[in-house]
Amino acid sequence: MIPELGHFALILALLLSVAQAVFGLAGAARRREHWMATAGAAVAGQFVFVALAFAALAYAFVQRDFSVLYVAQNSHSQLPLFYRIAAVWGAHEGSLLLWALVLAAWTLAVAAASRSLEAPFRSRVLGILGLISIGFQLFMLTTSNPFTRLMPAAAEGADLNPLLQDFALAVHPPILYAGYVGFSVAFAFACATLLEGRLDAAWARWTRPWTLAAWLFLTVGIALGSWWAYYELGWGGWWFWDPVENASFMPWLAGTALIHSLAVTEKRGLFKSWTLLLAVAAFSLSLLGTFLVRSGVLISVHAFATDPKRGIFILAFLSAVIGGALLLFAWRAPRLKSAAGFEVTSRESFMLANNALLVAALALILLGTLYPLFMDALELGKVTVGPPWFNVVFLLPMLPLLALLGVGMHAAWKRGLLGAWRRRLYAAGALSIAGALVIGAGAYGELRPATTIGFALALWVMISSLLVPITRLRARQPMPAAVVGMVVAHFGIGLATLGITGVQSFKVEKDFALGIGDTASIGGYDFRYGALREVRGPNWRGVEADVVVSRDGREVTILRPQKRAYESGGNAMTEAGIEAGTARDLFAALGDDLGGGRWSFRLQYKPLIRHVWLGAILIALGGAIAAFDRRYRLRVRSEAREAAAVAS
Amino acid sequence: MRIPLRFLVPTLGFAILVGFFVVGLKRDPGVLPSPLIGKPAPEFTLESLGDPAWKLSPADFRGRHWVFNVWATWCVGCRQEHETLLAIAREDRVPIVGLNWRDDRALALRWLGQLGNPYAAVAFDPEGRTAIDWGVYGAPETFLMDARGIVVWKHIGPMTLDAWRRDFVPRLPAPESTP
Amino acid sequence: MRGALAAFLLTVATTGALAVDTGQRFGDPGEQARYERLIRDLRCLVCRSESIADSNALLAQDLRREVEELMRAGRSDEEIRSFMTERYGDFVLMRPPVAPRTWLLWAAPALFLAGGLAVVLVTVRRRAAAARTNPAALDEEPDRP
Repeated sequence: MIPELGHFALILALLLSVAQAVFGLAGAARRREHWMATAGAAVAGQFVFVALAFAALAYAFVQRDFSVLYVAQNSHSQLPLFYRIAAVWGAHEGSLLLWALVLAAWTLAVAAASRSLEAPFRSRVLGILGLISIGFQLFMLTTSNPFTRLMPAAAEGADLNPLLQDFALAVHPPILYAGYVGFSVAFAFACATLLEGRLDAAWARWTRPWTLAAWLFLTVGIALGSWWAYYELGWGGWWFWDPVENASFMPWLAGTALIHSLAVTEKRGLFKSWTLLLAVAAFSLSLLGTFLVRSGVLISVHAFATDPKRGIFILAFLSAVIGGALLLFAWRAPRLKSAAGFEVTSRESFMLANNALLVAALALILLGTLYPLFMDALELGKVTVGPPWFNVVFLLPMLPLLALLGVGMHAAWKRGLLGAWRRRLYAAGALSIAGALVIGAGAYGELRPATTIGFALALWVMISSLLVPITRLRARQPMPAAVVGMVVAHFGIGLATLGITGVQSFKVEKDFALGIGDTASIGGYDFRYGALREVRGPNWRGVEADVVVSRDGREVTILRPQKRAYESGGNAMTEAGIEAGTARDLFAALGDDLGGGRWSFRLQYKPLIRHVWLGAILIALGGAIAAFDRRYRLRVRSEAREAAAVAS
Repeated sequence: MRIPLRFLVPTLGFAILVGFFVVGLKRDPGVLPSPLIGKPAPEFTLESLGDPAWKLSPADFRGRHWVFNVWATWCVGCRQEHETLLAIAREDRVPIVGLNWRDDRALALRWLGQLGNPYAAVAFDPEGRTAIDWGVYGAPETFLMDARGIVVWKHIGPMTLDAWRRDFVPRLPAPESTP
Repeated sequence: MRGALAAFLLTVATTGALAVDTGQRFGDPGEQARYERLIRDLRCLVCRSESIADSNALLAQDLRREVEELMRAGRSDEEIRSFMTERYGDFVLMRPPVAPRTWLLWAAPALFLAGGLAVVLVTVRRRAAAARTNPAALDEEPDRP
């Protein structure tokens, strides 16, 4: 009964989405107050029904209702409650429902927070968000219904993929979707702006906090995915340039360019076309990611089960939404010219360079990800583009970007007088190079050109970021949230660069065959295989090894890697034993039983790897701080007052 | 309304991308065509599974079409296709030669004893070197060779009667008519 | 208890039945580094996202052994890569081949960066000219916080 109610709720949600889209767009075009108000009401209704549908599916999982096909495919009677709920978004159909829910939530938030905006503009934004909602809900109802019944009901479910039975993977999709879907708000704002033919830059100010919020969620989502891969997959990798990873990274790059471009447009009315195009691009890349993951055109470990019908639907939807937006852009954007100027070393210049480099990086990743598809479609054979290519190619735009970042942060608008900053930056530069040499030679006993450059750039960005609060505080200047956010986020980038340089340069990964009592040494640490024991979990059995790690004779920690077999069958899963540290991670994973009491172990020494994720958290934190800058809230309040004054 | 060309670039670029996706949807990126097709069957000299004294090599089958099926007792797909192989063997149009890949001799013989033996002969490849020469990456895989010993077709995954009739039978010589 | 452990280990063991000892294969650090580089550049066709260095699949173990033996037989990097592509196609290389059909892939970084640089230069020049011809405007514009 409940699943049928859920299905019905989804249908109602679709009807309300249609109402939202039609009344929203037509109401704005015809200037009909009632229609525009209806659109607003439809938003609330849509959210309620999508939430009900989601709740119904969650209920089916919690109750172990194996008469629902999706539940039977992704759950198990022994699956713990926490994972039964997380399993709702563990596969294709349920994750679409999550998409729809997150979209409905963002739309509701926009509707609630934008009452002070001009009614036709707001109405158009809601209308466009309605069109996107229609797409996802229709997709579910026609090709991917999570409520389909299984008759006769399965006696037992096929279980949630053991790889997904983990905390991080319970939070990774919702946060990631909050990011992906959040870019639809910027997209809707951009399209509304283009539809209205607005020539001013007010929309940039309205869009900025929403974009920052979506971007910071995406940052956290990607970082979570990387961290999860590291500790769950058992071989210590944290980024693979897998097509689905790239599909999340590209919107992030576009989003980063977007938040910077919005700053320029808001401040000086410049780069309007570029900003609009970036807003369209960020969400388009999110949709593209959805297509790549669910259509089967690319091979990926992340890919959902594929079906050509689904691929065709998403492609059609994608073409309509993105194609429509790009045509709208081509039609309206040419009018958006600005005559304003800025000097060569002004902040505007640096922002422009920043965006050009980010877009170049994005384009390169897109090319590398899709190249196998291009080759295959042209019947030129099957090639793959793997990490060796991506690692080198991504570095090329990033190195100048990091270098320019340190200077651009301090450049003034319009005139670009560096003034006192020139001295400070020279000092920062010298300190960075010295620091890089010290770290390389001192901590790791090796000086390599690439590594030194990496460390130097990381330190450069960090020191340059810290110079902002230092100089402001000494001059007793105020520091608005926007500035604090920028400092924190940029510092985070430097920290992440430090981590990436450290781990890529000095990591050690080796396999050893060890019997009990044997010791292996890497990275200055000794790993001794101490014991093996049986262990049990709620729905799995396995073995656990003791690996005693010591340095210079003193015990540092005991790692406990496991190898598990789940009740529901399937391959054995490796749980790595990891000791986290600010200077390094120590990592041990069980390989295969070699017989005669010997096991193969993969041991890893990973210097500075925690800073990659710590840096990412700081980046997201910076975004959050900036998003809550008083001026956005003040602006909204003052605009509300103005609107009220005009109305009376 | 004149639109400057550069504003249409994103739209055009996107249209081209969609074109590629449409073509891409029709193709299966997982299927890897074998670089061996059109080339002579890779050489090997391996012991027969049943009798180590009897050595097998592709030359033994020159002069007629033959099928080469890579299998192992630990391979789930091989278990699935076994019935189909037995059916094809019963048709008796072409000999099926097996390659037992990275397996245990005793286990393999017992498996054939229990489930039936569709093979005219089985080559034993415990170390997997011959499999590598044939570009095998996941059992089961089935090859078709013509009378000159050229690899004509490769099927990846469990064999089905559908695939047999669609891909293999048209490439076989016409059956000799029995008067 | 012991029986269960044995059964479990047997199950686990048969998936990597004739597991080969991985790790240090060459005494000479130069050769070992070359070996590690080669196996990192070859894709495991069973677990498609991993190189044969990372994958535990049977095929990955066998291919690692092949690389080691080919190296000991004195083959060059090129010859080893050809050995693999003759049997598995270009797909087995992590790094796409440098061939006419992949020219765009290899030229792209230079092309895209040059394109970006061109856009930046043109724009900055135009805007700097605008600033020069109308310096007063820079001060007149309302300065938003």
